[in-house]
Amino acid sequence: MAEASPFAARGAGRLVAHFWMILGVIVVAFPVYYVFIASTHTTQTILRPPLPLLPGPEAVRNYQDAFSGGISKIGGVSLWRLLANTTIVAMGIALGKIAISMASAYAIVFFRFPLRMACFWLIFITLMLPVEVRIQPTYKVMVDLGLIDTYPGLILPLIASATATLLFRQFFMTIPDELLEAARVDGAGPWRFFKDILWPLSLTNVAAIFVIQFIYGWTQYLWPLLVTNSNEMNTIVIALKKMISFADADTPWNLVMVTSVLAILPPILVVVLMQRWFVKGLVETEK
Amino acid sequence: MRRTVFPHKLLPWLLLAPQLAITLIFFYWPAAQAFRQSMLREDAFGLKTTFVGLANFRKVLADPAYLNALQVTVLFSALVAFFAMGIALFLAVQAEKVIRGKGFYRTLMIWPYAVAPAVAGMLWLFMFNPSFGTLAWPLRQMGVNWNPLLNSTHAMILVVAAAVWKQISYNFLFFVAGLQAIPRSLIEAAAIDGASRRHAFWTIVFPLLTPTTFFLLVVNTVYALFDTFGIIHAVTGGGPGKATETLVYKVYNDGFVNLIMGDSAAQSVILMVIVILLTAFQFRYIERRVHYG
Repeated sequence: MAEASPFAARGAGRLVAHFWMILGVIVVAFPVYYVFIASTHTTQTILRPPLPLLPGPEAVRNYQDAFSGGISKIGGVSLWRLLANTTIVAMGIALGKIAISMASAYAIVFFRFPLRMACFWLIFITLMLPVEVRIQPTYKVMVDLGLIDTYPGLILPLIASATATLLFRQFFMTIPDELLEAARVDGAGPWRFFKDILWPLSLTNVAAIFVIQFIYGWTQYLWPLLVTNSNEMNTIVIALKKMISFADADTPWNLVMVTSVLAILPPILVVVLMQRWFVKGLVETEK
Repeated sequence: MRRTVFPHKLLPWLLLAPQLAITLIFFYWPAAQAFRQSMLREDAFGLKTTFVGLANFRKVLADPAYLNALQVTVLFSALVAFFAMGIALFLAVQAEKVIRGKGFYRTLMIWPYAVAPAVAGMLWLFMFNPSFGTLAWPLRQMGVNWNPLLNSTHAMILVVAAAVWKQISYNFLFFVAGLQAIPRSLIEAAAIDGASRRHAFWTIVFPLLTPTTFFLLVVNTVYALFDTFGIIHAVTGGGPGKATETLVYKVYNDGFVNLIMGDSAAQSVILMVIVILLTAFQFRYIERRVHYG
């Protein structure tokens, strides 16, 4: 344990701080807790407020029902399929980004070639072109390329972002020249140098970027909304939105709540389990 | 500048190819199309397009609906940035005061970061839904005629709350890091001088946090402008009326629902200009901070 923070309070001050933190944590965690509780009750209980504060007896039945066809009836696509789609998209975006941005950062830092800096700026400027500001023409490109309702359509436009390239470039520039010199004296080519030296050194950064980009991919909304028409290709977030907008008296809210829990849980697990890398990566790299 | 490099000439291009290809196809080409389309106008049947110069921009900027969206966006962004940063700073300061349980608090604090904006909106809609929301129920019991689906102020409160809730995690992590980077000698000197904690916070700690605060201000503004599309689309659909229709929502609505291409493209171009200004501001600022460091 490191030295106590210089801000550490004593006596009553510390108790007050705990009080505020507990209040803050309750407010922050409550919405997630609430939907989890709702997913363990019957629709009748959910529709009659206030909702009990403790899990109900219907948990097993609701989840079984949702996985064995209950969601297909309201959403037209199985819960398994939704989870698979979203996992493919999130993993595709995270791994794709890491691969192409590592490759381009490697080229920019460890080689000299004409137009090197022009390439860097070309990538850098895309920071300023988020998909939200060029929705319509990007959509048209997707139609022309026949990528509507396909996994590449969901993944490709989102894997080229400048941030990951910038991060890897920044990190590669901290690699001392001596390391590269030594490797070259030993006869290592670009691939050997990357595989044996650079990759092991990059692992923490890769883990951090993976978490951030996995969350980015899992939580996408506007893009999957535009490029998927068929229910079969929906991500879980889009499917959830569709279930709610067609809400009527018969909507099985207990199953909607189960879907919400499953839309939230995987990314929360990733963040919480990989917290150490995630926090370090987020705070150190995004500045 | 690196002294040693690999001598290959073709290899770097092969390594760059995937990223450049995707960037050109999905970024530069559509952005160029947005510029081109912003100066064209289609006739009612979509048969003929004519070059109209800046007419689309003049039309958009004179449109009361656009000015309304601009107003909504400014109000929404200001509220989101203010509350998301204020609450996060307050909690970060409290978190630094405690000794035990820091890790536990942080773990619970970062959840919302992982929740999709659209889902965050839906969670808040579940809780505050006028018909069965558990938290709407006490409001109605107290005699508040709570209905975010019909009342524009209530709708705005709900989308702001969901957007703030989602962003607190991120701001909290950065403020904690900012607080931990303040040299302890400064804090201890203030304590020895007998400065009260409150006084020391506003005269020493808060000014030293300025770089973090400015960085977060830009990030939060960009977040409120773009990433909250999901919240608004899922919770209010821009309504009631146009009470929660932001600029990004309007681009989407005009381009995909109302199918007015020229207007939508002109709005896209205006948004690009806003993002470029914000990014330039951010980098100029960071540049200056390096000299301080």
